[in-house]
Amino acid sequence: MTINGWIQIALFCAVVLTLARPLGGYMTRVFTGERTFLSPVLAPVERGLYRVAGIDARQEQHWLSYALAMLAFHVLGFLALYALLRFQAVLPFNPDGQSAVAPDLAFNTAASFVTNTNWQNYGGETTMSYLTQMLGLTHQNFLSAATGIALAVALVRGFSRASAATVGSFWVDLTRTTLYVLLPICVVYTLFLVSQGIPQTFGGAIEATTLEGAKQTIAVGPVASQVAIKMLGTNGGGFFNVNAAHPFENPTALANFVQIVSIFAIGAAMTNVFGRMVGDERQGWAILAAMGVLFLAGVTVVYWAESAGSPVLNGLGLTGGNMEGKEVRFGIVASALFAAVTTAASCGAVNAMHDSFTALGGMIPLINMELGEIIVGGVGAGLYGILVFVIVTIFVAGLMVGRTPEYLGKKIEAKEVKMAMLAILCLPLMMLGFTALATVVAAGLAGPANAGPHGFSEILYAFTSAAANNGSAFGGLTGNTLFYNTTLGLGMLFGRFFVIVPALAIAGSLAAKKTVPASAGTFPTHGGLFVGLLVGVILIVGGLTFFPALALGPIVEHLAGGLGQTFAAGG
Amino acid sequence: MLNQLRPALVLLIALTAITGLAYPLAMTGIAGAIFPAKAAGSLIERDGKVVGSSLIGQSFTGAGYFHGRPSATSAADPADAAKTVPSPYNAANSSGSNLGPTSAALAERVKGDLDALRTENPGKPVPVDLVTTSGSGLDPDISPDAALFQVPRIAKARSLPEDRVRSLVELQVQGRLFGILGEPRVNVLALNLALDGSGSK
Repeated sequence: MTINGWIQIALFCAVVLTLARPLGGYMTRVFTGERTFLSPVLAPVERGLYRVAGIDARQEQHWLSYALAMLAFHVLGFLALYALLRFQAVLPFNPDGQSAVAPDLAFNTAASFVTNTNWQNYGGETTMSYLTQMLGLTHQNFLSAATGIALAVALVRGFSRASAATVGSFWVDLTRTTLYVLLPICVVYTLFLVSQGIPQTFGGAIEATTLEGAKQTIAVGPVASQVAIKMLGTNGGGFFNVNAAHPFENPTALANFVQIVSIFAIGAAMTNVFGRMVGDERQGWAILAAMGVLFLAGVTVVYWAESAGSPVLNGLGLTGGNMEGKEVRFGIVASALFAAVTTAASCGAVNAMHDSFTALGGMIPLINMELGEIIVGGVGAGLYGILVFVIVTIFVAGLMVGRTPEYLGKKIEAKEVKMAMLAILCLPLMMLGFTALATVVAAGLAGPANAGPHGFSEILYAFTSAAANNGSAFGGLTGNTLFYNTTLGLGMLFGRFFVIVPALAIAGSLAAKKTVPASAGTFPTHGGLFVGLLVGVILIVGGLTFFPALALGPIVEHLAGGLGQTFAAGG
Repeated sequence: MLNQLRPALVLLIALTAITGLAYPLAMTGIAGAIFPAKAAGSLIERDGKVVGSSLIGQSFTGAGYFHGRPSATSAADPADAAKTVPSPYNAANSSGSNLGPTSAALAERVKGDLDALRTENPGKPVPVDLVTTSGSGLDPDISPDAALFQVPRIAKARSLPEDRVRSLVELQVQGRLFGILGEPRVNVLALNLALDGSGSK
């Protein structure tokens, strides 16, 4: 670990914190329907869309209609994407002649992009036509991100309203988020990325003759426009197989820095949106502080572990940390920071191969996802994820002192706690249940590329990433098989919608309640005590659930590596 | 749910047209106009022929060129399309090794590379990036140490004084941005082009 490394990490935190408030203010105006500086251009487009779609922008929805609207939209989006994948061979914008995607892979990919996961069982440059990358994947990057934000806003309205029957209009939230937040930022962002060297072209692959006279085929494409939204919307699905490690997706140290910031930007600002909408910005800062504590702990461990390097390779006389699977232009610190950020948020883009991280360095990304990606988290998803934990924390605090728990003037009662637990328990069921299945059936055991405990970690990482809608991978796992395409696809769908629907139910239930004025007995939820309690609840729930699985994977691998033990595949 | 179908369908089609077609097409047009070379892939031409991209590493094996990092990319086996064969710096199929920290295969590979490099330049510590594969398999850079490590071999193969090769390397070192971001590095293709251009072939 170096001073420069810590300065890079500190600079990152400072930029994210600085952006949170202005961006949060702007987004609050968007979600409350106020005019913004973009309204003169975008308001006519917005009105036009509502007219054609038959939407009355003033008509709000009950939480159940909101959920049904969201589900209807996703079912159609899923079917459209599946069809596009199956028919890409006969559609335009296919200069490299990619063939139709197989049914199981198309199912997996459609589930992956609709759920904001962007798990990729395919290599982009060898599988997808430009049309698929744009029309299917780029557009789902926008819409799944907008959906996450819309749902978080609906839940926040549950807290901020009193005796209300509705939580907002899904159609309006979706449209406004896409038009006013995601699209304008992406336009500027794309141009910045091209200025750093990311290609944006419809020409096919380039044939070069290297200095030594060999042929080199260089894949290009409309990359920058997809990279912009994949980072900003915490989608993470790369244009190329190796994602942001590819020099064409992440060419410079500056591009890398801005990309990491953009993963956290909206998620961090959402905590400020929350604070503003409930009328007390300190409530938002408290939540961001809890996220910050968990984030800094994680990034410290990854940075330390990767700087220390692998004991096995160090035993051969190697120094300088673990550079296997990392790029020289990023080095140890920017790779470690990226890994912690991409898994804390539900981005899943990678600028280094997590599979080749040291045992403990690779365990932190796993833990970040297992905690439910509530450390800033996916755009929107992080906020509703942590609010679910807040409800449990408030409940626990209430139990300790024997009072009915309240949060922001809302009594937290049996229904909210039940729904919160349902949302929390869904993830471990998917992550650990499918991992257990994969370790006992032959089709599952055929997946890992590495032997020993690392092979187990590869399976655990896959299902954790899928259910948490992250999308990063221990890439050695061969996921493009009938078994993994199906199980991972199901994990992603359940992991998304079985969290969303309970969260919306909480929103509806809270919105209908009266607001109780704060009294001397009210537990203040903007101070250090609350932050500490929240962090504690998150760690205890996560730790108790996942420690046994982590012990079988990264922890035992760390101990074996320390003794110099290696594992040969196929042996 | 039926009354939700019209808005769902219309918004899906309209937002798809905006975000999936209008946005990438417009960005391609604008980016191509403002940054034509970068939008096309930062290609480098020599004598009118494309020799590669300044951002994409390429395979160097000759003793007279600086070598990049080991690359884990592969290509379809020409003899059997169902199999793959190693094909370093295959820029149509990026890939890392994905070997874990306790992988026997990784330890063996690193040991083999270390032994070879120690024979080439005995007594010098081997820079870590010269024996580890990059994440993309297309890393265009090596560390300044890794370039300097190779100077004796290049100087010998090209019959040049070591000092001259070393100063070529030093000219190509790119530092951290603002002294803070990223890591110091040398672009291998740029360095080798400079080497060829120094009239020492």
